[in-house]
Amino acid sequence: MNREKKQAELITEISGVNPLKCMKCGKCSASCPSFEEMDIKPHQFVSYVANENIEALVNSKSLWKCLSCFACVERCPRDVKPGKLIDAARQLVIRQRGQEYLSPDEIPALLDPELPQQLLVSAFRRYRR
Amino acid sequence: MKYSYYPGCTLRTKAKALDVYARESARLLGFELEEIENWQCCGGVYPLGNDEIATKLSSVRALNEAKEKGQELVTLCSACHHVIKRVNDDMRNVEDIRQRANNYMQLSEPYAGETNVLHYLEVLRDRVGFEAIKEKVVNPLKGKKIGAYYGCLLLRPGRIMAFDNPENPTIMEEFIRAIGAEPVIYPYRNECCGGYISLKEKELACSMCEKIMDSAAGFGADLLITACPLCLYNLNAGGNGRLPVVYFTELLAEALGVKKEAGNQ
Repeated sequence: MNREKKQAELITEISGVNPLKCMKCGKCSASCPSFEEMDIKPHQFVSYVANENIEALVNSKSLWKCLSCFACVERCPRDVKPGKLIDAARQLVIRQRGQEYLSPDEIPALLDPELPQQLLVSAFRRYRR
Repeated sequence: MKYSYYPGCTLRTKAKALDVYARESARLLGFELEEIENWQCCGGVYPLGNDEIATKLSSVRALNEAKEKGQELVTLCSACHHVIKRVNDDMRNVEDIRQRANNYMQLSEPYAGETNVLHYLEVLRDRVGFEAIKEKVVNPLKGKKIGAYYGCLLLRPGRIMAFDNPENPTIMEEFIRAIGAEPVIYPYRNECCGGYISLKEKELACSMCEKIMDSAAGFGADLLITACPLCLYNLNAGGNGRLPVVYFTELLAEALGVKKEAGNQ
């Protein structure tokens, strides 16, 4: 089995999403507050996984633009949950050694007196293992 | 009435106001928030992967503690509420997660989602009742035009959160009416503030918060209320300062006449 096929299977397994349910209505992308920041748009994520085009997906900056706001999950008429698919792709990256998107060394420079603890724990959970 | 209470990490530090005003108001409204012992941080965001087990255990511990006391579990921070409510849904409905979490936990009796999780606003609406609150208001916030900022975490996914209509919620507007003020309904009230993206990409969060502020101000709001410390931070840090943002509990305490008592804590 080739590597991308395996990775596609892993993404479906982690997310529990069946990309074949998607009917490409585009509601997820229309709802996404980060749409303009994304190189691969939410509705395209689904086809990338279905077509096992995983290298492009895991290198996409979209992984770090998703806000987990669940607008796409809420509005999907087919219950495909694009947000869960994006998270699974992110997991594929950050579960590898040295691939995290946030390092503790960066934190001191990012702090300000009002910054809530909630922001740090949330970012650590989404951006690294 | 006594409830188990999960404050969460930020309510002990940067968001003390959210917590103290809620406790003081609860006392006046006749319910008690009993903090669960040795609670652990919920992690801030719900772990979306179906194979994530360890990251869900702090929620399971809190949920089980409430179950053992036979109490409903009350949360206040939107993020804690979101995480704990969704983990509870997993424990109730996803056999694989339930089984694996219980294997870790080794409880005397397995936990299977028995606890009912309530956000503080749900306690106000469904247990106390907004009519009863209205009667206890001594200092109605007359003439104040308040925009409810819901954000994402309380509302979505609607099937699991079951908090309110996720596209057209009313609970915070009802709350605003109960304390004597006038709610302002504006289009961006359930749009995302940027959440955790504000750590590394302030400009992106700022552009979202500016839209929210402009939308609320444009529809005539004087101030915004929220239940989430991160929304409050993002809106204040990135929202161009057009409107002040406060925790809904602060206005509740003010209307009930207990703001000073809470401030002395």
